[in-house]
Amino acid sequence: MSHLLALDPLFQSGHVGFSVFLVVAVKVLVAFALLLVSVMLYIWGMRKWIADMQNRIGPNTAGPWGILQTLADGIKLFFKEQSIPDSADRVVFRLAPYLSIMPAFLLFCIIPIGGQVSIFGHQTFLQVADLPIGALWILAMSGLGVYGVMLAGWASGSKYPLLGSVRATGQLLSYEAAFSLGILGVLVRAGTLSTHDIVSQQRWVNWHSFVSQWYWLPAFVPFVIFLIAATAETNHPPFDLVEAEQELVGGFNTEYTGIRFAIFFLAEFMNVITMSAVATTLFLGGPSGPGLGFLSAGNALNTWLMPVFWFGLKVIALLFVTVWVRASMPRMRYDRLMALGWKYLIEIAILWVLVAAAIEVANVQNWNVWATVLIAFGSAALAYGVLYLAIPKPDEVVEEFR
Amino acid sequence: MEAIVFFVCAALALVGAFGVVLARNPVHNALFLLLTLVTMAVFFLLQHAQLVAIIQVVVYASAIVVLFVFVITLLGVDEHESLDEPLPLQRPAAIVLGAVLLVQVIVLAGRHWVTGAASQRGALGSARSGNVQTLARSLFTTFLWAFELTAVLLVIAVVGGVVLARRGRQERRVPAVKPADSTATAPKETV
Repeated sequence: MSHLLALDPLFQSGHVGFSVFLVVAVKVLVAFALLLVSVMLYIWGMRKWIADMQNRIGPNTAGPWGILQTLADGIKLFFKEQSIPDSADRVVFRLAPYLSIMPAFLLFCIIPIGGQVSIFGHQTFLQVADLPIGALWILAMSGLGVYGVMLAGWASGSKYPLLGSVRATGQLLSYEAAFSLGILGVLVRAGTLSTHDIVSQQRWVNWHSFVSQWYWLPAFVPFVIFLIAATAETNHPPFDLVEAEQELVGGFNTEYTGIRFAIFFLAEFMNVITMSAVATTLFLGGPSGPGLGFLSAGNALNTWLMPVFWFGLKVIALLFVTVWVRASMPRMRYDRLMALGWKYLIEIAILWVLVAAAIEVANVQNWNVWATVLIAFGSAALAYGVLYLAIPKPDEVVEEFR
Repeated sequence: MEAIVFFVCAALALVGAFGVVLARNPVHNALFLLLTLVTMAVFFLLQHAQLVAIIQVVVYASAIVVLFVFVITLLGVDEHESLDEPLPLQRPAAIVLGAVLLVQVIVLAGRHWVTGAASQRGALGSARSGNVQTLARSLFTTFLWAFELTAVLLVIAVVGGVVLARRGRQERRVPAVKPADSTATAPKETV
């Protein structure tokens, strides 16, 4: 079985003893607890940040600065009565929340939150699993996340949840393409699918690494596309049409109460954190950052604490941007949403992947990079022009038909 | 360890397969299909085929079955679907072909057949790169011609789908437009 996770030095001996099993179990438990606690803190932080942006106070009663507010809400939801509508499909109705939370957690498993460390005398990476197909795992899990929302709306057996889930499915399927192409933009450059390798290619050398090593600058267009698509994938504003209160009561989770409702919310916020972590891993170097200069490189603080600190800082920065967007932008119209996804993001992402591939080939073959880029863009523009002239406009089609 | 995983997943795959056939509700059928497809991905993993396993999940589980469920929930398939079959010999033919397939699997599994060797196990390529790079290399060098032909075939299928979809929509629009015109002109004629 060890070949599934063979990239981790933990499994290199090929023998999976009890202590190795223990290390893996501890990593899984810590990752799960970390994700739950960070969801709790993120919901509190989001409410505080939005309150600040809107000149309000926000939660301030439970605990210092209201930090325990989410915990209080969670406990309250735990003890609430759970109801199932008569018209509901009872099995699928119960199953749906778990189908939406499992992918959210499984996605987090491949995120490297630190470098190589030693636990109980075993060398291992600070991530639950380093799959050789890590980047595809991101696509698979974010794709499976659709089921929770879709089945919740269908199984509720009432109108608004169904409308919400149909919207959600359309939105998620549409942005899946832009999302994958955004990731592809990095993979063309990285040449590997393992998240640990992608991160170690962006390692910190000196202060120039911020622009020279990290992928956000060489892959700036995929970075922007990824952020937009990830916001749409997680149903966050301005793409929260799934739960548009004014139109859909509450969207797919209207009929849910108590802990099942809480699980949907947990999954949604978990997804936001996971997507920020994925963006950090792919574009912002993950745990790479300057160590403490006055300590030796092998010091425990430098191998353990600093990578985790940099990783956390980058994720929090991205989460702040998410909240900022949430507080500033109005919800999009559905046709605009679809037009943005299908007519702009996907085309730009494909163009970028082609140009990035051309640059990679130019590097290998020692061609002039600028000439290659110019020819690549020129031929892309030519192809676009030909297509633009060849494909009849919508109004022309109607005229011809009449 | 591998034997345990195999037998658990084989049992789940069979449960899923029977569920697809026996469940009454179309959405339940699709979910059982999902179960079978995901356990198939585990089988691929057991054969060291990580790329095929993940593609199984990305393409089948998270794209194709999602579309199935989407269409079923959107259209609300009628549960009283008629069991009359337009092709009369469909059912006996299916039984015969299924029996042939079963015999083939039982007889030919483990034989040296087309490839000249029984199915091989073991990592394709190094553990570091997984088998993605090995596969990509052979796909873009040895089998480039077949790969490009398949791509062209898929593009043709997509274009065909678009053409069919658009033609259907325009034909439906014809009666909708003409009555509107006739009612608009009708009062003038009477006056």
